[in-house]
Amino acid sequence: MSTAPQPAGAAPKRKRVRRTPATWVKRGGLSKFLFLLPLLLVFGLFSWYPIVRLVMMSLQFTNLVQPAKWIGLANFSEVIHDPLFLIAVKNTAEFAGLALVFGYPIPLIISVLISEVRKRRGLYSALAYLPVVIPPVVGVLLWKTFYGDSGGIGVFNTILGWVGIHPQEWIQSTSQAIPSLVLYSTWANAGSTVIIYLAALTGVNRELYEAASVDGAGLWKKLWHVTLPQLRTILLITMILQIIGTAQVFIEPWLFTQGGPANATLTVLLLIYDYAFGNSIGAAYGEAAALSLMLVAFLAVFSLIYLRATRAWSTS
Amino acid sequence: MQIRSVKLSSRLRMGAAVAAISLGAVAVGSASSASASSSVSISVASLVPGATAAATAQFNNQVKQFEKANPGINVKSVQYDWTAPTFAAELAAKTLPTVFTVPFTDGDSLGDAGQLANLTKYVKTYSWSKDFDKAAIAEGTDAKGQIVAIPEAAYAQGLEYNRNLFANAGLNPNDPPKTWAQVETDAKAIVLHDAQVAGFSVMGANDNTAGWILTTMADAFGGRMEKGIGAKAVATFDNPGAVAALTFDHNLRWNDNAMGTNFNLSWGTSNQAFAAGEIGMFISGSDVYTNMVQGFNIPAGIYGLAALPQQSSGSGASSPGELGGGTLAAVTPFASKAQIAAAVKWINFFYISPLVTKAGAIRNAKSLDDDNQPVGVPTFPIFSQKIYNQDLKWEEPYINVPETAFAPFNKSILKDNLVPEPEAATQAIYGDLDSVVEQVLTNQNANIPALLQAANSAGQASIAQASASS
Repeated sequence: MSTAPQPAGAAPKRKRVRRTPATWVKRGGLSKFLFLLPLLLVFGLFSWYPIVRLVMMSLQFTNLVQPAKWIGLANFSEVIHDPLFLIAVKNTAEFAGLALVFGYPIPLIISVLISEVRKRRGLYSALAYLPVVIPPVVGVLLWKTFYGDSGGIGVFNTILGWVGIHPQEWIQSTSQAIPSLVLYSTWANAGSTVIIYLAALTGVNRELYEAASVDGAGLWKKLWHVTLPQLRTILLITMILQIIGTAQVFIEPWLFTQGGPANATLTVLLLIYDYAFGNSIGAAYGEAAALSLMLVAFLAVFSLIYLRATRAWSTS
Repeated sequence: MQIRSVKLSSRLRMGAAVAAISLGAVAVGSASSASASSSVSISVASLVPGATAAATAQFNNQVKQFEKANPGINVKSVQYDWTAPTFAAELAAKTLPTVFTVPFTDGDSLGDAGQLANLTKYVKTYSWSKDFDKAAIAEGTDAKGQIVAIPEAAYAQGLEYNRNLFANAGLNPNDPPKTWAQVETDAKAIVLHDAQVAGFSVMGANDNTAGWILTTMADAFGGRMEKGIGAKAVATFDNPGAVAALTFDHNLRWNDNAMGTNFNLSWGTSNQAFAAGEIGMFISGSDVYTNMVQGFNIPAGIYGLAALPQQSSGSGASSPGELGGGTLAAVTPFASKAQIAAAVKWINFFYISPLVTKAGAIRNAKSLDDDNQPVGVPTFPIFSQKIYNQDLKWEEPYINVPETAFAPFNKSILKDNLVPEPEAATQAIYGDLDSVVEQVLTNQNANIPALLQAANSAGQASIAQASASS
């Protein structure tokens, strides 16, 4: 029996301890497991199990009362052939696009302006954040009054009348409904992003601004050459979060228009809701599950592509 | 001493615990056996959320009377409002009360899909089960011939009009429009006098109500949205009546500017706006006055109801008709046998006995009248005409709704041709028609025939889906 030569300097082999339940407990395995258990239970019950059920339901016909029937990919086929599917995708893309063009820069502009003021910065930040703390239902009811959807001509049309502009139909017009929802959404959600940008702005090295000033840079040049490059990681993150959020827009079209007029504000999430709950005999839960999975798959692929494409920009 | 006392108290505690567990087990055992043998609890749909205190008190009195007459049945009342988007989810989530109501449109479909309890055995014990109008009981009977829901009320669509706005505009409130041309003229006159109100309004919400009202108007113009029944039904949206109805709406909306500014009204919000004096005329069921009183405290004297104008749309059109509908009382499929038995007893007490027995009719009418709730709102027979007439006589002394308000409707409705709702995929068909109405109300250049043709394909798909799921 020979012993294999040990390489010089190599540590002597550890004696293997046989693993038994007792050693597992002794080494703290049980306490780790017990600490992990609540998390596993909560996630399992409220996240993973519903996801598994969703995948199963997308392959079933069920009214949630009688036993479900397996029907393969028929639900996916139904969704793809539904004329409302493309309308919903187009409307969602329009909402996301408008929100990106108009809603995305506004919080940045507001936060830069707030960070520039010397006095009452806290008050301006609070004012910018105020709409976020208003419950969406209350906010929508308020804006319905602004748009004149609760009777009367509406606040906005009254103001437009002062400058000689004819009353607009806002959310009751097929062409103005989506922009009207984007307008509300920007007002309601900008505050959260403003706070994020304000926090990020405090992290920008003041010396960079001083150096830029010495080089003769004005406000615009400082913004373009110092602020934006310094914020680019956070800007890219807020952009992907906004795209993911607007792709799932639901509250605004549901509370303002229920997808109308004439499906002009029917979004993908609203279509999912309609499949699940729009039919009083509950015959399309499977289609709702199928479209949900399609949306998840799209957003996952989009996020991956986005993160890969912007990887180079986001590293400083 | 201290140690001894601890030991003693430990023993005492253990002894007490054992005794408590044993007693508890006995108590639970006796409670469950008592509950199984003599006591059952059910929840029942009461009034719509936001009902007035008087209406709620009236309902609670009925519950007390029922519990007194049926010891062992505990009734809990639950506010309830059927809406297409919430019903199926609430049913699946088991959050509906044991007894609830559904429209005629859904009874047989829900039964075919196993979503309602089978009531046949329990209903057959009542003598009135043989007296139902055949068309009415068919709405609550599934494909296997089982009774899954019990008809409790029927109505016809009518033209609701605000008598005050008529008088203010110089129109005669006792002479509401009899033709669609008069509806337009009167709507213009109302708006001319008060530009803040809608002379004529239609429901335009994306919750099946816009399609329901369009179907009503199409019928009145001599159209039909569907032909045939079940899997063989054919969507016929592009009919002359529907085109005439939408052209009428388009004209009032864009040429006359007589439809106000809110085109997103639904059933409840229309009632609310009407009770608030914001609408001159709109179309809804002949029984909505009750909701306007219970939910919105409509001022006495402003309400008026007329039959819908009946007008043929020329060659190719069917005969004009008044769309009718109704409500069924049903029981959740998750109820136990004892609960189903108790639920049918409640349905008999609350919904049926006021229609078929003198005591029930008088009890119901007197109770409503005592609490200033409407008695005498026009409904339609769900049993034979003889039983219906008898019931009217029983409740006659308690009728408290203004006769003049309903006179124009009562005068002409019996002469009109009553038309049932589309048989196949009814709510889905209404949903497919919603967007057509919305387009006409929000797009001046809406191409009505093209919109109807496009919606027709969706309607045919809805019929196919409904027949596949049943």
